Amino acid sequence: MLAFLEKIGTETLWYLETAGRMGLFLLRMLRGIFTPPFKLFPVIRQVHFIGARSTFVILFTGAFTGMVLGLQGYYTLRKFGSEGFLGSAVALSLVRELGPVLTALMVIGRAGSAICAEIGIMRNSEQIDALECMAIDPYRYLMAPKLLAGIVALPLLTAIFDVVGIAGGYLVGVGLFGVSPGAYFQGMYSSVVWADVEMGLVKSLVFGLLLVWIAAAKGYYLHLERSGGFGAEGVSRTTTDAVVLSSVAVLVWDYLITSIML
Amino acid sequence: MSDFAATSEPNVPTGQEPAIELRDVCKRFGRQEVLRGVNLTVFEGRTLVIVGASGQGKSVIIKHMLGLVRPDRGTVRVFGQDLNRVGRRGLDDVRRHFGVLFQNAALFDSMNVFDNVALPLRERTRCSEAEIRSNVEEKLALMDLLGSEEKFPAQLSGGMRKRVGLARALVLKPKIVFFDEPTTGLDVSKSNEIYRLFHRTQQQLGYTAVIVSHDVPKIFKLADQVALLADGVIQECLTPEAFQLSDQPVVRAFVEETMGRLYRSDAEEEGLYEKV
Repeated sequence: MLAFLEKIGTETLWYLETAGRMGLFLLRMLRGIFTPPFKLFPVIRQVHFIGARSTFVILFTGAFTGMVLGLQGYYTLRKFGSEGFLGSAVALSLVRELGPVLTALMVIGRAGSAICAEIGIMRNSEQIDALECMAIDPYRYLMAPKLLAGIVALPLLTAIFDVVGIAGGYLVGVGLFGVSPGAYFQGMYSSVVWADVEMGLVKSLVFGLLLVWIAAAKGYYLHLERSGGFGAEGVSRTTTDAVVLSSVAVLVWDYLITSIML
Repeated sequence: MSDFAATSEPNVPTGQEPAIELRDVCKRFGRQEVLRGVNLTVFEGRTLVIVGASGQGKSVIIKHMLGLVRPDRGTVRVFGQDLNRVGRRGLDDVRRHFGVLFQNAALFDSMNVFDNVALPLRERTRCSEAEIRSNVEEKLALMDLLGSEEKFPAQLSGGMRKRVGLARALVLKPKIVFFDEPTTGLDVSKSNEIYRLFHRTQQQLGYTAVIVSHDVPKIFKLADQVALLADGVIQECLTPEAFQLSDQPVVRAFVEETMGRLYRSDAEEEGLYEKV
């Protein structure tokens, strides 16, 4: 019985400690953004890494998501004789939900995992200790550019995803099934309002922050991982954890933001 | 080598200010108690070598001095400032006087040699790019690394990596330089090269040095003081000569294990031969 209680206590303490550590990490990252010297080039480089280099995968995912929405939407709406609403169904689904969520999930897979592995390897090879010993704040030097880049890149990638997805839906609905182009766009214009775009924007901003925060923190605290964060296996295990945790966090926060903003 | 005065603390060099002081430092990682009350003083301009068996916590001592690890109990003072009380900015101010050569050099693997050495200058000074170039090239020349500026750490040998690490550690003319196992993994000639560079740069810059090493007895030639860490405490901190002749049982065992049997006098050695 005592052993059981001890186990519960240990687990609770561990989760509280981890949550506190993650919270402090986020605060330090945010402080890093406002700590001089301010350097633009590292931010641009990270925007290029997180944003520009994710463009192809976003174009590809956005196009096929829009196309499958067009396909599914057309067959569903046809049952009610409402094919004319295809444009609004595709646009609303993309702008409010699928755009931000799928963009975030794709960027987590491509850039989030890389951020975690990069910082984890830096931790393992004492490069982060070296920064600290040189009185260079790792939060300002390493984390802040990544965080800013995530917050800048995610909304832009989401916008690309939305536009390409709407075009994909158009291609299938209008090009394949003969839905009227005017009806497709008119439906979209009349149903998508600023509040929908705003929701998508807020989500993409939050997801940008979430994915960099979790990936960077998991890498930074690699040495404190309970399962042992050492060596190549430690980095790979922690990177997997970071991807899973970021993806789950995106889905949970998607629900929370939707429920608050609806 | 230093002159020592008779004071309450053994072997305190006369006329020297302490650069680093550890008082009753204790540290536990999980259930393992690594340090159990470490007392140690490093004097300005001197070289302290910390020796001991692997896994005793020598690197943990250096991490305490660097402010990378906080003690569970006790104080770590650098230039009189208690690292536990200085805060983040105060710690950064203290660290501005540090240079560190890590065990595996800890070079930034996505930067070339030039950028690695230039990083402290770019991040901590307002030097122009021309000044940075001249300063970095001077340090690379000192380390015999000119021509390797564009290489990445993965393209360097172990000895070259250490030299780049040393160039980076010295680029801001630090007051204290820490060496964590500076010659581990190097052959004899490369080790000697690192020692020569250490000796030359210390003569030039006059920095205080803290060295963690297993390279006994060679490392004694560079030391002003040798401290033995065993069982979580500093067993002795003496001049190299006194250390090798110490009667303290743990020190004696360490010296015999690493250097073979030493004899205090010809008579003692002759006595042994007579027995044989």
